[in-house]
Amino acid sequence: MEILRYAIYRFGTMLLTLWVVSILVFVIINLPPGDYLSNQIAELRASGQSAGVAKAEFLRSEYALDKPLWQQYLIWVGFLPGPHGFSGLIQGNFGWSFEFDLPVAEIVGDTLWLTVLVNLAAVLFVYMVALPLGVLAAARARSWVDYTSAFVGYLGLATPNFLLALILFYYGHRWFDLPIGGLMDPAFEGEPMSWDKVKSILIHLIVPTFVIGTSGASAMMQRLRANMLDELGKPYVETAVAKGMSPSRMLAKYPLRVAFNPFVADIGNLLPSMISGSVLVSVVLGLQTIGPTLLTALKTQDLFLSGFVLMFVALLTLIGTMISDVLLVLLDPRIRYEGRDA
Amino acid sequence: MTQLPDGRYVDDAPYDPGASLQELERKDLDAPNWVLIWRKFKTHKLGLVSGAFLLFCYLLLPIVGFIAPYGPNQRHSEHLYSPPQSINLFHEGKFIGPFVYPMTSEADLETFQWVFKPDYQTPMKLEFFCEGKEYNLFGLVPSDTHLFCAPEGSTLFLWGSDRLGRDVFSRILYGAQLSLTVGLIGISVSFVLGIFFGSIAGYFGGRIDWVINRVIEILRSLPELPLWLALSAAVPSNWSPVAVFFIISVILGILDWPGLARSVRAKFLSLREEEYVRAAEMMGASSGRVIRKHLLPNFMSHLIASATLSIPAMILGETALSFLGLGLRAPAVSWGVMLNDAQNLANIEIYPWTAIPMLPIIIIVLAFNFLGDGLRDSLDPYQQ
Repeated sequence: MEILRYAIYRFGTMLLTLWVVSILVFVIINLPPGDYLSNQIAELRASGQSAGVAKAEFLRSEYALDKPLWQQYLIWVGFLPGPHGFSGLIQGNFGWSFEFDLPVAEIVGDTLWLTVLVNLAAVLFVYMVALPLGVLAAARARSWVDYTSAFVGYLGLATPNFLLALILFYYGHRWFDLPIGGLMDPAFEGEPMSWDKVKSILIHLIVPTFVIGTSGASAMMQRLRANMLDELGKPYVETAVAKGMSPSRMLAKYPLRVAFNPFVADIGNLLPSMISGSVLVSVVLGLQTIGPTLLTALKTQDLFLSGFVLMFVALLTLIGTMISDVLLVLLDPRIRYEGRDA
Repeated sequence: MTQLPDGRYVDDAPYDPGASLQELERKDLDAPNWVLIWRKFKTHKLGLVSGAFLLFCYLLLPIVGFIAPYGPNQRHSEHLYSPPQSINLFHEGKFIGPFVYPMTSEADLETFQWVFKPDYQTPMKLEFFCEGKEYNLFGLVPSDTHLFCAPEGSTLFLWGSDRLGRDVFSRILYGAQLSLTVGLIGISVSFVLGIFFGSIAGYFGGRIDWVINRVIEILRSLPELPLWLALSAAVPSNWSPVAVFFIISVILGILDWPGLARSVRAKFLSLREEEYVRAAEMMGASSGRVIRKHLLPNFMSHLIASATLSIPAMILGETALSFLGLGLRAPAVSWGVMLNDAQNLANIEIYPWTAIPMLPIIIIVLAFNFLGDGLRDSLDPYQQ
């Protein structure tokens, strides 16, 4: 029951954080001077198209852009009734994209779960690569395995994500005939789920997962190695070895378990940077995730669209961090429940 | 010092039984902190080499105009996407000093590309200390002398030329000016903010601490890049390149301080209970003075090391922003802006040299990482 209480407490803080983030996001998207509609109205006026002006004016009042900023914010989130009653983010109305002339929900549509999918795959990749490599590097410290993995790790940290994406993409296509660009075969776009579509998505996922996960995996690996080395120096390890336990069994049974907790908790620290990375990589590789949408929205000052995407990215990160926190408490009973660093 | 026949060294000075043996040891213990840090840092070879390399790079920045054979935006409309030329020393087995083979271009009517071929018959010697495009030495002194430039009637594209026929080598040198300083400005912003908020949170505690701590947590839990993107998208497009450069560095710094503030706060929480802090307070020192004179010097070196480790993130951040077209803008040259050209695969496949700017990025980022590691390891000179 304790754990349930902690989960609820953690969920509450997440909601609070999300609320603060919504204010932050709203301020940021309103920073550029002028908004999409007033720019458009000025442009239409200059070219003398009065019909367009009327439509833009209509949209302006429709989306309450003529109200003071703080009211706009409350209407956007859904705390205050807009021109059509309560319909903000919490009511599930994500707003209108002026650039595409479509509701935001329709534009982002599929990209939402694809974003989640890409990031999940990257997290799995991080664990699958970092765990064996980190343990191996620690167990064979100061051997070629250790040095090679450290070198690769450093390179992974130092190479900008998007460059790695381009390089891997190029060679992936050349040597392994991996597909270029996108998250699925164009033929499957907008099609209902089918086995072939899943297969196509999986093949397209290989390169992006690798690219997004590499820097995270190398950071994680180095930390796991350091933790393992700390544990390996302790007397209980010596005892186990002296009693004739086989090295691999000894590793898995004692030091790994101790070193494992920070390993799980760290994903919370890594998530923000990984999600950042996925946005960038998606733009470079043309994945149908939320990244490219964000970029166009920001460039065209499409404020509801960019606001929603920013909120979604933040929500994704917060949920991930929350899950990792709860998991950590499940794994390690020594951790106090209420407010870990209060 | 005399060497005995058996190879030992013996001091010539007569033995002085009065001299205190402890004096030698004392000298070590009383040595200023930086001497000890330096002594330990010297043993960290990788860090030392990286540090020297970075120092060298930064010292070169004010005189890149002198080293680069061309100006950053000097176009050669005859040589678009010209491949790299190498500097040779021997022509047909004979030494004639550094020279290049001039490139001849020819249109390929099938692919509609220019095909460049070096003309191996006529070696052309490089010129040294020659006149070229004018530039400002140290940003102040106008000059037009270059270390080396292309021979008359030929070009000198060490690393090829780009879409507009600009020399990639020269542009990388000029790009270093912005790409390397963006991190420094960003880190200063983050340093000031981090120390300020971290120290008031840690020193005063209570409600201020709670608020600052929540802000730190929130900022740390958000993905940086989308926020960087959103903030840089808000930079008005009519600003001058210099203004854009400054605002971008500030944006990079604004989201980086929470990490620093957190470690400052943690240190302060433990240090503020020390006796010497109590003593200073009793003697009537103001909180500002206690923070600045008694607390901060304790872990300044530690902060510098962690700042070194976060500069790479900023350099990479600038590169990413410029690469996506939301960072520095065209007349300004930075490595990210240059990589903007290498955005699609077809380009990289046909003109691989447009992706060269990624090499300096990787090297600089690695160097900062090694330097930071070395500094961090050598900061606690009393610890073995």
